Amino acid sequence: MELLPTIWFIVIALLWTGYLFLEGFDLGVGMLMKLFARNDTERRVLLNTVGPVWDGNEVWLITAGAATFAAFPLWYASLFSALYLPLLVVLVALIFRAVAFEYRGKVDNHSWRARWDWAIALGSFFAAFGVGAALALTTTGLPLNANGDREGGAMAWFSGYAVLGGLAVVGFSLLHALAFLALKTDGDVRHRARAWFVRLLPVLLLPLAAWALVIQFLEGKPWTWAAVLLAVVAAVAAWFLAKRGSEGRAFAAMGGFLVLGSASIFGAVFPVVLPSTLDPMFDLTIANASSSDYTLGLMSVVAAFGLPLVIAYQAWTYWVFRRRVSAAHIPAAHSFLPAVAARAFTTKG
Amino acid sequence: MEALEIARWQFGITTVYHFMMVPLTIGLGLVVAVMQTIWHRTGKVEYLRMTKFWGKLFLINFIMGVATGIVQEFQFGMAWSEYSRFVGDIFGAPLALESLLAFFVESTFLGLWIFGWKQLKPAIHLACLWIAVVGSVFSAYFIIVANSWMQHPVGAEIINGRPVMTDAWAVFTNNTALVAFPHTLMGALAVAGGFLLGIAWYHLWRRRKDGIDTIGPDGRVVPGEASIPGRDKTDYKVWIRSLRIGAIVAMISFAGTAVTGDLQGKLMFEQQPMKMAAAEAACHDGTGFSVLSVGNLGSKNCDDITAVIEVPGILSFLANGDFTTQVRGVNGLLDQYKADYGTHLPDNPIYGERAGQEIQYVPVMEVTYWGFRMMIGFGGLAALAALVALWLTRKGTVPASPWLMRLAVFGILAPFGANAAGWIFTEMGRQPFVVAPNPDLNGIDQVFMFTAAAVSPGVSAGELLTSLIVLTAVYAVLLVVEVKLLVKYIRGGVVSAMPELARVPADEHPDGTPGPDAPAKPADDVLAFAY
Ligand code: HDD
Ligand code: HEM
Ligand code: HEM
Repeated sequence: MELLPTIWFIVIALLWTGYLFLEGFDLGVGMLMKLFARNDTERRVLLNTVGPVWDGNEVWLITAGAATFAAFPLWYASLFSALYLPLLVVLVALIFRAVAFEYRGKVDNHSWRARWDWAIALGSFFAAFGVGAALALTTTGLPLNANGDREGGAMAWFSGYAVLGGLAVVGFSLLHALAFLALKTDGDVRHRARAWFVRLLPVLLLPLAAWALVIQFLEGKPWTWAAVLLAVVAAVAAWFLAKRGSEGRAFAAMGGFLVLGSASIFGAVFPVVLPSTLDPMFDLTIANASSSDYTLGLMSVVAAFGLPLVIAYQAWTYWVFRRRVSAAHIPAAHSFLPAVAARAFTTKG
Repeated sequence: MEALEIARWQFGITTVYHFMMVPLTIGLGLVVAVMQTIWHRTGKVEYLRMTKFWGKLFLINFIMGVATGIVQEFQFGMAWSEYSRFVGDIFGAPLALESLLAFFVESTFLGLWIFGWKQLKPAIHLACLWIAVVGSVFSAYFIIVANSWMQHPVGAEIINGRPVMTDAWAVFTNNTALVAFPHTLMGALAVAGGFLLGIAWYHLWRRRKDGIDTIGPDGRVVPGEASIPGRDKTDYKVWIRSLRIGAIVAMISFAGTAVTGDLQGKLMFEQQPMKMAAAEAACHDGTGFSVLSVGNLGSKNCDDITAVIEVPGILSFLANGDFTTQVRGVNGLLDQYKADYGTHLPDNPIYGERAGQEIQYVPVMEVTYWGFRMMIGFGGLAALAALVALWLTRKGTVPASPWLMRLAVFGILAPFGANAAGWIFTEMGRQPFVVAPNPDLNGIDQVFMFTAAAVSPGVSAGELLTSLIVLTAVYAVLLVVEVKLLVKYIRGGVVSAMPELARVPADEHPDGTPGPDAPAKPADDVLAFAY
């Protein structure tokens, strides 16, 4: 039994799930900047719901990547090099998104803000889509040769699964963001977000459900089938809870849906981490892709204390900023007052 | 161009770019944390203003470090998959720990700091900044550990053709890392020092030019006030204190880089003698430090180079701490490397079309020679300038000369240049190895890797070229945006970071009252800082 590699497979699945749970809503909020918000004040309400936390959420992605590098170097190397162009798109999307969050409010000018709004919306969309495509492909496989290198050129990764995975994460993020906004805002935004959530839930969760089901048909085990069914139950519960107005619980049910859904997917493919579509002999598994037990043991010790700590202080952050944001809280954008202006000033002293 | 070349250019460009943002983040972060601490302790308003102003610039810069850091993290797998497969067992661990123990801390607590001005108790708010700053120092440590392992692999053994970690303690206390880490931190502080000095100089000069500050009969400054928000006497204090802090930080950090750099040099003479010989463009064994060498430094044939000015003994001092030991030159080392690691790349599929090529053990000497001198030169120049600046401002303000002001502002670039030059020297001097062999454990079975083997075999030159062009273009655009924003906020002065100054007359806060002002907290004010 490969104990340590199994543990690290679970840790990495957890990191991805944590990433989708947390950044899911801020990616969704980013897309909603263009799809949902009606005016600048609403856009600022949206931004400020995720303002203090989005960067911390993004680190879940960095950690998922770095942990894969450390625990399964061969998985990391094959997946990232095979998906060269889609990951380039993700990187550019994340770069613009990050900079846009910080720079958007730094100049009081309409076209400046409009440009960064697009950067946030498109950046969020492409990041979500690309991450979804990459995750789907790591479960359905890539054309890898015996060395783990991609055969077939720059676009050989492209398949229906990539699109399905992309749509799955985009759809989930949008819905999750609506649940989040219903929970974190007040006034019109809150009510509209809830109404949208109830109306759009079936459509937006469809691709993720489809991906989970496809994987079950390909690789499912009894317990992962059960997880899929429970995930559907959680989605239905989220719908009823939102309709009833229990925003907190609806959001929690979304979390349940995600955890169960991703458990069903990662559980089904286990112990393969990256199948080869050319030859099952070339599949990367937890056994042939992992680091040594020494390295995994060292990292286990650090993660055992590090990860709970991260969760604790991030939870504290959410608690500190727990109050709902509403349009009334948004101060007027201050027009810029340059200290270095004209020369002739009366001076005293 | 070949895939390998493009990947190298991409790594160099993106990393050096990332390292423009990083030292400013680390250095300025520390300085701002100290400023807020002083404000917290003494309640002096000028320190609150300094915290807000420099904190704003810190954030504008920070985000670019974050945005470009993710590229670094992904790039190993994307462009250097063979490298990642080869070293993952050891090299991955510090990267993973950096994320888990440093990046989470930084990003989370900085979010608390930015948005928590009114939500958190002042002491906790201050603690959040300190935690974030310590996080960034930790991140520097971990990445230096990773990089130092490539310079000097320790704690590993080859099993089934791949290095496997056998001693984590050795990896995390690699002597290369233990000297590179303080050196890099000092380099980061040098950047912050120059930044403070240049910008504070500009503002003091501006106050003089606008007639706010005048010179009294004794030659000392007479601070004044103008009826524009934020341009009061406290404002004068903000800039003069910032200038002095900057100058002192610049000088201390240069001394720090010199001390730690000397240690690094001594280690490098042992660990990568070829790098140091190439830094000197020293062909033959000798003791002299070259101040100026001419000839075709790019030439792989050393005898094309003539040292024009040489200080005898100094090279020995750099390497060994005395003035007489002969330091080995390129020619002698070359024979040894060829004997130890072969003359041609082995016939192994990992080298692709490069298999069988002759190995160039001498790094590009133009780069190592001038890289080394530019690092020291720019750093020293900045420190000297700081000393002169303290002297020129001893009477409380800066001279009225616009040229001196321009020089001070332009001088901000010098420590950045020193850092970039240092890294380019370090990394290019390591070639042709991406993981340099550890000379204590000589032999072909040792842990090392040629750069020629490291690039992703499945990735085409076209893909790499696409990303090189896209990333370079994106970075160029963002650099323009960042610099424009910085300039705008710098020219705006403190009010640009504290719009409340425009509403509350500043003299409401008498100087010297102990303890920070209790923040006004209307019940419904949930946003201390709205995006
Ligand atoms: C403001 C920045 C700065 C300044 C003034 C200096 N350095 Fe430096 N140096 C760096 C910034 C830097 C750096 C960018 O941070 C490097 C690159 C890698 C590293 O560890 O630090 C570096 C590398 C580096 C190396 C290469 C180590 C290696 O290959 O691993 C040596 C030998 C020195 N330095 C030596 C010095 C000496 C003798 C200095 C004398 C004053 C000096 N440095 C000033
Ligand atoms: C810690 C992990 C690092 C790794 C794995 C790494 C690896 C590499 C690799 C593979 C190359 C390409 C080979 C080459 O052309 O030399 C390279 C080049 C380079 N790296 Fe590093 N590096 C690391 C850290 C850094 C850092 C932190 C910096 C500076 C801030 C840096 C600066 C450079 C530069 C300037 C080059 C260009 C050299 C050239 O083009 O030949 N590196 N590095
Ligand atoms: C090639 C090697 C490097 C990699 C893989 C890397 C990776 C990263 C990543 C992923 C981030 C973003 C973290 C976030 O989202 O908060 C980041 C930021 C940062 N990196 Fe790097 N980095 C490298 C080189 C360096 C070096 C040499 C240092 C310091 C000596 C450094 C120090 C920092 C710091 C302090 C930050 C946070 C502050 C900022 O974003 O500017 N990095 N890096």
